[in-house]
Amino acid sequence: MQQLLLLGNEAVGMGALHAGLSAVFGYPGTPSTEVFEFVEKLAPKYGVRAVWSANEKVAFEEALGMSHAGKRSMVTMKHVGLNVAADPFMNSAMTGVNGGLVVAVADDPGMHSSQNEQDSRYYADFARLPCFEPSSQQEAYDMMRSIFEVSETMDVPVMLRLVTRLSHSRANITPNTDILDQNPLNPSNDWKKWVLLPPNARIRNRLLIEKQRDLVNLSERSPYNSLDLKEGAKLGIISTGIATNYVMENVADLEQPVNLLKISQYPIPEHLIKEIVRASDELLVVEEGYPFVESKMLGIFGIPGKTVRGKLSGDIPATGEMNCDFVRKALGLAPFSKLNFDPGVLPGRPPMLCKGCPHADAFKALKKAAESIPGTKMFSDIGCYTLGVLPPYLCGETCVDMGASVSMAYGSASAGVYPVVAIIGDSTFIHSGMTPLIGAAKHDADITVMIMDNSFVAMTGAQETMTTGQPLIDLIERLGVDRSHIVPFNPLPRHHNENVNLIRRELEHHGTSVLIPQRVCVKAAKR
Amino acid sequence: MEKNMILCGVGGQGILSISYVICNAALANGWNFKQAEVHGMAQRGGAVQSHLRIADKPIASDLIPEGRADLILSVEPLEVFRYIGFLKPDGIIITSTVPYVSIDNYPDAEFMQANLQRLPHKILIDAKEIAQSIGSPKVQNIVILGAAAHSLGFVPENFDTALEELFGRKGEDILRMNKQAVRKGYELGLAGGTPG
Ligand SMILES: Cc1ncc(C[n+]2csc(CCOP(=O)(O)OP(=O)(O)O)c2C)c(N)n1
Ligand code: SF4
Repeated sequence: MQQLLLLGNEAVGMGALHAGLSAVFGYPGTPSTEVFEFVEKLAPKYGVRAVWSANEKVAFEEALGMSHAGKRSMVTMKHVGLNVAADPFMNSAMTGVNGGLVVAVADDPGMHSSQNEQDSRYYADFARLPCFEPSSQQEAYDMMRSIFEVSETMDVPVMLRLVTRLSHSRANITPNTDILDQNPLNPSNDWKKWVLLPPNARIRNRLLIEKQRDLVNLSERSPYNSLDLKEGAKLGIISTGIATNYVMENVADLEQPVNLLKISQYPIPEHLIKEIVRASDELLVVEEGYPFVESKMLGIFGIPGKTVRGKLSGDIPATGEMNCDFVRKALGLAPFSKLNFDPGVLPGRPPMLCKGCPHADAFKALKKAAESIPGTKMFSDIGCYTLGVLPPYLCGETCVDMGASVSMAYGSASAGVYPVVAIIGDSTFIHSGMTPLIGAAKHDADITVMIMDNSFVAMTGAQETMTTGQPLIDLIERLGVDRSHIVPFNPLPRHHNENVNLIRRELEHHGTSVLIPQRVCVKAAKR
Repeated sequence: MEKNMILCGVGGQGILSISYVICNAALANGWNFKQAEVHGMAQRGGAVQSHLRIADKPIASDLIPEGRADLILSVEPLEVFRYIGFLKPDGIIITSTVPYVSIDNYPDAEFMQANLQRLPHKILIDAKEIAQSIGSPKVQNIVILGAAAHSLGFVPENFDTALEELFGRKGEDILRMNKQAVRKGYELGLAGGTPG
């Protein structure tokens, strides 16, 4: 069959489509977004459902409902999205599935586009669920079938852990020649497994614990895990996911033979680890993310008589993205010689708001209005508008997690700070800004919320926002905000003075106000 | 055969199009490739780079090790210098000389000139001038793509199919200008850059 040229994320989408997928759910987030978008693009052809959800928790539950109906489904999100979906994630481990359920989570080691670099493998471990971690685009494609099979035969959701460098790297892959049919509609009638009342939940938990042995056995025999022991080898290298590639890039340069263990399916294959430890005097553990395998291997006491090196020993940097050079150094290989050239000090080129961005004009007006009231505190949130915290705008002093602008503003106002502003994007507001606004409005909290309505989820590549324009205004009113303090305005330079005045009026109002700069994202409008 | 290259520029300058074309050409030749690109935050006008590797054997890492790049291909002169550590001692730099001044502290012309001239193996191209002579300032990135063709073992025709995929639906004229940009860039690549 003809080779395809696919991003890692697209390979996941293709693999899922070829494995009988019926629906994908998700909320955008770099580096996960293209998994969903690839399926979405081909949805009509494959008769698959692909509609964005309001947030990751909702997406997860929708996917679980699809699974309950007997269909194979997938939910996509970035690593921090799993924090939002953690409740259904943990509890779906208890219920199990009907149709296969894949939780595709993309981590961002090195924090290219994220607040942190949390390692989702800990979530899989926490929930006692299997996790697959592909080392290449081809493997990502191939795995999708295995994942759905494991999910259905073992009656568990399965995590697919991706990382930026695989998600956003393109390669040629060879697809399967056959495409699996979708499952027939077959809703579960086994209500006892789905109703997690304590008596049922206790039974389900025991079953989940009993499954662990079988899941480990699957890992021991997995085609994605491989052990290669060499005669006379002293060093053993354990690598996981794409970190394996950085090892393979370097091993040919080693003079001595080495033992290799590649892990791409969890729970950790304990027997394979014992084998490589037994056969080696010294071990190097190379992982993209936290030292997950390394810590599990070492426990508190370590492995007597063996040296184990990795992130915990400091042989590999504890934070940031893995690469060939770190591994090369840890292997004691000399660096490659390079062009000797010192260009001097180079200025950075940080990201910034596009020319003509509506956020920029809203911030100029907000900054001006706030200048007249000393002590204004601004809580920002996550999206393009986060760039407003930088000069020249200086609007916002926090950016923590989606929705936190509104709740933190309320907390701060409750402590007596005045005036307090929350800055939040339209999509972020629907994701998790609405809920805190209900409480704030009910108590008429002395805060001013500025909802940046640019009609798009701009930061993640301009998906359409779920609620914008008049429906957004109506929604805010129904959440309990006084209609006379819901103030839409057009952030254009020529309206600057009037905008400053209306913003100032709401800052001065001692109660909950919502300002809504309304203008379409210029980048999305250009497409 | 193995070629490693760093593609760089500023978000929005079209380096993803360049890499897409090279990957397709590699695929058509039956070669393997891996190409790591940047999405998300940095695309908002920040510095962007892409690691691209093509080979007739399997490729392990998506990232190029330091000192292993054969080529730096840049649509912006300042950006070249961020990635210089990836270059082999005899690696080549192919870059547009047209600055993209989006920051207040962009280095002055003297600094840029001195650095560009000091580069040992280079092909410097005034992509803006070439693009304008073709009739569209938008094809600057494709001129640079054309200039790299020879170093990668390609001729302009290798890029035609991918250009048709990228630009075909934008109309006959746009496609023609892009094909012309590759050819003009190719000639300049062979000649060692823009004269002067
Ligand atoms: C829990 C979580 N999910 C997803 C993301 C990824 N993400 C960052 S900003 C953003 C949305 C931005 O849209 P919007 O609020 O409309 O602001 P805009 O970018 O349009 O200014 C998303 C989805 C995240 N950081 N955290
Ligand atoms: S993508 Fe849209 S919202 Fe984001 S900076 Fe550009 S114009 Fe502004």
